[in-house]
Amino acid sequence: MGDLEVHKHVQYIISVEKKKESFEALVMEHLRMNGAYWGLTTLDLLQNITAVDQEEVISWVMSCWDQDSGGFTGTVGHDPHVHYTLSAVQILALFDRLDILDKDKVSSYIARLQNEDGSFSGDIWGEIDTRFSYCAICCLSILHCLDKINVEKAVNYIVSCKNLDGGFGCTAGGESHAGQIFCCVGALSIAGALHHVDRDLLGWWLCERQCKDGGLNGRPEKLADVCYSWWVLSSLVMIDRVHWIDKTKLAMYILSCQDRENGGISDRPDNAVDVFHTYFGVAGLSLMEYPGLKSIDPAFALPVDVVNRIFFKKP
Amino acid sequence: MHGRPRQPPQAEDAASASKASNLRELQSKLLHNHHQRIYSQEAIDASSKLLDINPEILTAWNYRKLAFQHNLQEASDPPHFKSLVNDELRVVEMALRRNPKSYGAWYHRKWVLSQGLLEVDFDREFYLLDQLLKVDARNFHGWSYRRFVAKMKDVSEVEELKFTMDMIDSNFSNYSAWHNRSALLSHLLSKKAHGFDEREKILAEEYDLVRQALFTDPSDQSGWFYHLWLLDQTVTPDEVLLISSWPFDGSNWCITVDEDKVHCKVSQLPCSSYYFLNSGKLPIVLYFNQPVKGVHSSSVIVNSVFVKNEDLIWRPVTPTKSEQAACWVVYIGIPDFQKIDTKVYAVEINIGHSKDIISSNGSVFSHPLQFRFNLSFNSISLEHAEVESIDELFVWNDSGSSVAEHCGFFPFNRVNASEDHTLKSSKWNLETISYEIDLFKELEENCKFVKLTLARLFLAQDAMMSYKTCSLIHSRDVLRLFDDLIRLDPMHAGYYEDERSIVVVNQVTSDEQSLMSQNSHSSNYFSSKLPLNGCIQLTNLSLTRIGSVDRLLWVQVLDLSHNKLHSLAGIEALQLLTCLNLRNNQINSLTALEPLKLLSFLRVLDLSFNKIGAHPVDTTRYLCHSPLSHSIFGAKKCIEDYLEANINVTDHWEAILLFRELRLKQLEVKGNVVADENFRDLFAKVASHADLA
Ligand SMILES: [Zn+2]
Repeated sequence: MGDLEVHKHVQYIISVEKKKESFEALVMEHLRMNGAYWGLTTLDLLQNITAVDQEEVISWVMSCWDQDSGGFTGTVGHDPHVHYTLSAVQILALFDRLDILDKDKVSSYIARLQNEDGSFSGDIWGEIDTRFSYCAICCLSILHCLDKINVEKAVNYIVSCKNLDGGFGCTAGGESHAGQIFCCVGALSIAGALHHVDRDLLGWWLCERQCKDGGLNGRPEKLADVCYSWWVLSSLVMIDRVHWIDKTKLAMYILSCQDRENGGISDRPDNAVDVFHTYFGVAGLSLMEYPGLKSIDPAFALPVDVVNRIFFKKP
Repeated sequence: MHGRPRQPPQAEDAASASKASNLRELQSKLLHNHHQRIYSQEAIDASSKLLDINPEILTAWNYRKLAFQHNLQEASDPPHFKSLVNDELRVVEMALRRNPKSYGAWYHRKWVLSQGLLEVDFDREFYLLDQLLKVDARNFHGWSYRRFVAKMKDVSEVEELKFTMDMIDSNFSNYSAWHNRSALLSHLLSKKAHGFDEREKILAEEYDLVRQALFTDPSDQSGWFYHLWLLDQTVTPDEVLLISSWPFDGSNWCITVDEDKVHCKVSQLPCSSYYFLNSGKLPIVLYFNQPVKGVHSSSVIVNSVFVKNEDLIWRPVTPTKSEQAACWVVYIGIPDFQKIDTKVYAVEINIGHSKDIISSNGSVFSHPLQFRFNLSFNSISLEHAEVESIDELFVWNDSGSSVAEHCGFFPFNRVNASEDHTLKSSKWNLETISYEIDLFKELEENCKFVKLTLARLFLAQDAMMSYKTCSLIHSRDVLRLFDDLIRLDPMHAGYYEDERSIVVVNQVTSDEQSLMSQNSHSSNYFSSKLPLNGCIQLTNLSLTRIGSVDRLLWVQVLDLSHNKLHSLAGIEALQLLTCLNLRNNQINSLTALEPLKLLSFLRVLDLSFNKIGAHPVDTTRYLCHSPLSHSIFGAKKCIEDYLEANINVTDHWEAILLFRELRLKQLEVKGNVVADENFRDLFAKVASHADLA
């Protein structure tokens, strides 16, 4: 099956950044902050973060900060959202530059999004989803500001979205989905509340996501897709059940989705690559201890050394 | 980002360049109008065009909401309202044609309808949903929108349950429909809605339904998950029972305290072996059949001359922050020995006179129970005076020549709950399980789901029977099934091995005889200067995890060496454990030892030849208390202190947080990657009272 094309993937990520004017790039422009986080984290996992100009990235990130609200936007001129805010904070954490943030304003923006029932809205327009609970809890924890929200209520809301198959949905009653499970298990991990998860029940549901081709799907009876290498695998790691899948087969599946000519990883073999799947493929390999990669933290979705720096270094 | 075929990179052609410039223009128009607060028809139309090309732009949906609010203020009459609302609904429909999974589009529709301006045209909404689910019956946005509309229209849960039936009828392989069915049904059952008060009848019908799906296509997962849920509904005990305790009912104990009161030993009479309780505390351990909360001094009353019941604080034995646990413990301080005479003191425990002991599914401990044990105090000085402290007691024996002396006593007296009651309530459940077993035995041989379900059914049957007897009927069948599964489905071998381990421990500990025979082939054991009570050996069993801890509450010395243990979850219940041998296992990290922090008597630990430090990915990183998981208790201060002292906390936080809490006298770590010089230095600083071998 061959190895990970580290060099080509680095080149690919840098080239995406340069092709800003293509139609494909424009379609993604509104979530450029997320894209930047995916790309930069991938570069760091590939031990190549120095391939980008750090100052340029940071000044662009800060140009997306909306002073009035305290949140970050997906790209300059757009509206702020909790997801973009998390990505921005993650990028600054990667570069060890959290100091340039107005932590108080950013954390207040997030805290204001918590609703009475403990749930979180994505922005002022009120869409509620457990994805936003994850964004809020993860982001506040990185900023050491979790005490600004009611963590207990936040946990209870997530628990109210737990299903009878052990998984979690977007809102109460929503079907279990691997992406949503990552968000809920990640948020519960960071909140120290994993005891609300039935690890054997959820672990079995998650390990049954591995398809015959070795890849992972996101729900029963769906096709495998590289992005679930992250959502499913990180959840399995957090609940200590990752040994329930065949890692070798999964690694082979991810490697088979590489574009060996031009770099990048796609959702399935021979499909078009994108930064999103490149990140999830590399992050998945990192969780499987693929040689030469930095290891990634399953809950914060940042390299372990970055997370350890946040929690175990003198400020 | 999904499903596009890979194509060789090509130069921008004219068509795609014009597409791009059109999009760029629409985007900048949108931002201009948004920032300038321009809500003219022309501006709004431009945003529609943009959303038609790219429905993912949240800012465009936000702009439309602002425009909607603005124009609503200007609008005066209901027809105008209606046209405003309809415009939004149309844009959403257009966006959903582009991407039926667009979060922004679905939310916009919910938002518009939630404004409560017009009576919602529910026919239109359900028609839209029918169209969508026809194209993709698994679109979870569609299902979620259906729940939203059904709630708005006040459609009954029974109606919605019928809808899931229709969807399942048209295609058994619809996990979304099964999911919705399980959620609706469990809600209807729990509130005993009209027509749903006969739980057993309803569940029986569901078994019939899911069987049709399973027999139609046994390889489809959807039905199997539903079947697992039904099975769970059938076997989950509907009352809380006490299944074991330490000390156990009717036992007699002699406590010997040495002069300086540092150590005292407890021996079971008339047996001549000892429990050493070297912290001067006697634990009382209760183990329930399911995790419960509400164990406190009014739900469990301890009558003894030594302590006031109301002073006792029961604690859940769990390494998490949960207030629920199957295992609960209270510690009784051993009274001042000098003031005690030689008579026998009874300790009586009454459980369940209040209804506070309750499980997460609402079952209660409803059959009050009493048990007692006797304590006496020995005034004779230590017979084995040469033994001065517990750390001299054990030498793990590599050569295998020495066999521990034990007195041949295994306390299998379990607390018996009121049996007849259990029998009656589980009759239907037992019959159902037996029926399912017969059925699946006939189904196709080589389907992994059939085998796995059969194994689960056997285990369920054994668990239900074991309230009456202690024996396991199906262990062999189940072990054979797991062996088959490992062969048939090697991708999930790790899962089957974990399940198998639980069965093996269950089998080995199921009666005195099998436990004795296990211990008689001692190859690697320890030698001890004292005849010890509560020593057992579970070695060379390929265990990947442990189970049946309720049967091992009395164990003080446990040899688990030469297995494949990866997790120690559950071991925290062995509150008397003093020596633990984990040599030659697969423990990957120090954080995996979190449960040991709850063992206040643990003094001797052998971790040699594990994999600690060998893996960069720590799978128990979030299953321990640390600043990472925001569950820091005293840890934060501790971390800060070590940072102040310039200790490399980043690389050693796991060791710091673990060893400062364990009260070890002896630790063996050789044969682990982690055991380098740095580790030794650190260990000496964190656990200065202990020896590192
Ligand atoms: Zn994908």
